[in-house]
Amino acid sequence: MASVTLQNVSKVFGPVKVLSGINLTIEDGEFVVLVGPSGCGKSTLLRSIAGLEEVSGGEIRIGDRLVNDIAPRDRDIAMVFQSYALYPHMDVEKNMSFGLMLRKEPADKISKRVNQASGTLGLGALLARLPKQLSGGQRQRVAMGRAIVRDPKVFLFDEPLSNLDAKLRAQMRTEIKALHQSLKTTSVYVTHDQIEAMTMANRIVVMNEGIVRQVGAPLELYDRPANVFVAGFIGSPTMNFVDGVVVSGKKSGVRLKDGSMVEVNARGVREGQAITLGMRPEHLLMSGTGISGEVLVVEPLGMTTQVSVKTADSLLTVMAMERTSVSPSDKVQLSIAPPNVHVFDKSTGNRVD
Amino acid sequence: MVGQSRLQRILSSTGLYVAVFLYVAFAVFPIYWTVKISVTPENLLYSEGIKLWPTRMTLQNYVTVLKASDFPRYFLNSLIVSIATALIVTAVASLAGYALSRFHFRGKNWVSLVLLLTQTFPLVMVIPPIFRIMATMGLTDNLYGLIVIYTAFNIAFATFLMQSFFDGIPKELEEAAMIDGCTRAAALRRIVLPLTLPGMGATVAFVFTAAWSELLFALMLINSEDQKTFSVGLLTFIGKFAVDWGQMMAASVMALIPVCLFFAFLQRYLVTGLTAGAVKG
Repeated sequence: MASVTLQNVSKVFGPVKVLSGINLTIEDGEFVVLVGPSGCGKSTLLRSIAGLEEVSGGEIRIGDRLVNDIAPRDRDIAMVFQSYALYPHMDVEKNMSFGLMLRKEPADKISKRVNQASGTLGLGALLARLPKQLSGGQRQRVAMGRAIVRDPKVFLFDEPLSNLDAKLRAQMRTEIKALHQSLKTTSVYVTHDQIEAMTMANRIVVMNEGIVRQVGAPLELYDRPANVFVAGFIGSPTMNFVDGVVVSGKKSGVRLKDGSMVEVNARGVREGQAITLGMRPEHLLMSGTGISGEVLVVEPLGMTTQVSVKTADSLLTVMAMERTSVSPSDKVQLSIAPPNVHVFDKSTGNRVD
Repeated sequence: MVGQSRLQRILSSTGLYVAVFLYVAFAVFPIYWTVKISVTPENLLYSEGIKLWPTRMTLQNYVTVLKASDFPRYFLNSLIVSIATALIVTAVASLAGYALSRFHFRGKNWVSLVLLLTQTFPLVMVIPPIFRIMATMGLTDNLYGLIVIYTAFNIAFATFLMQSFFDGIPKELEEAAMIDGCTRAAALRRIVLPLTLPGMGATVAFVFTAAWSELLFALMLINSEDQKTFSVGLLTFIGKFAVDWGQMMAASVMALIPVCLFFAFLQRYLVTGLTAGAVKG
């Protein structure tokens, strides 16, 4: 096991900057998820740690060792690919033992490790099968098995659950998390799915356009997003954003376009500042005062009810925690408690506290 | 209505069978006729008229070709040239195809373009310069010259063929192998090559057949009797005043044998090979 340290890592493909100035320390035993929209550079960053991509600048260390110029096979890492990348001409057992065999481990140690891993993953009965004879979920497990038999310093996961159906994905998510809790191997996990990020990570790294937008524990990112991008990316349904201007006087707060006022707790705002307000759907209440609007769609989900409300200049999503009797074209007014309002500077997109 | 649609069905399937039968007959008839002539005694060849099978059969033509002509020599020459060409072309085309499929390098598009360009010249146009070049290098009138020229003319297509096979093998497999502990060369040898065997089989078969049946260059570059390939050798059965049909057909039948054996041997690779590169799984 080892830590992974990235110092000012950058990567350019011709004129395109894919990664710029990435600084990140992944602690020994930590499960870190890199998340972001497609093309944000998360996979490139993971592949750079693996050594499958050369970085254009900066330093990558695994433990204390600088690995920039070290071949993937000498980095002591294991990677699980989105496509699983099982060797089609080898059976499950050979797929799993291939790495140990290349490292010239003794045969009894190899079979012990393979048996152990296949036991953990429930692959015992499948050892003699070829990958094409396995279901998607089984292939995924074999790919995991191939990684864990190696007992590497770092696990790298490149969207390993993307090819599974929703039910299996949720199941494997839990299994991977349980596996990490028992093995405690440093893991870097790439996904575009913020639910995977929220549920599995010790820490989440949110990336966009080749830069790190925020690093933090899942709930930290949820409760205190550092900028509009993170606020919009983390959380489902996504946060509502409304523009407004800071006013002070008898009633101070942020005035929206339709003239309604929203009270905020942020001390760092100044009068006249253009602001973007962020409001989580579950924090908006349909009460008698506040932003007025008209109900557009009501979507009952059982535990909650999702209501889309059209206001003067935007469409807001409200997640009502209790059963609600509103129906389309009803007039409603939305209010929110000041501590729950996220305030972002409109020009920079950064959080203002 | 039901009766009519059934009639239509029978008619359309009959039509299909007739079409298939006609096509097979068209393809197989020359082979059948070659075999038939080869076993017809010489005195019956013109006297019997057109018959589907001779009233008397003989293997004399085969005996004569094997014992009294240079045909075994031609046959051996063809075998040497075709096998050498197939192996050299497949080895070079595999490496070139791998590079074109996997690496990004300056001038990559130009390499593909130049390879394609070599396929666009009519053979007749390049024969005079090629003859001059080969003569200067001492590559006329020997088998080496044929191997060189066949290799040159087959390598472009074979490279594209192999490239498409490599394209069909996911890059992640190599990456996984390289993380597991392989160098790039070891990943190629242990993971990619075993998966490309069908493609290589198809390439070997294609090049072998092309070299085996080539006539133009063999005719132009070879003069000595002992260096002739069988395709040129067949022409020796055409005399100034008469054609020895029986012997020529016997020689042709024998020339078919290695190709048939070859395809029988490669068949299991060919079916997957020729389709494997086409569709990405």
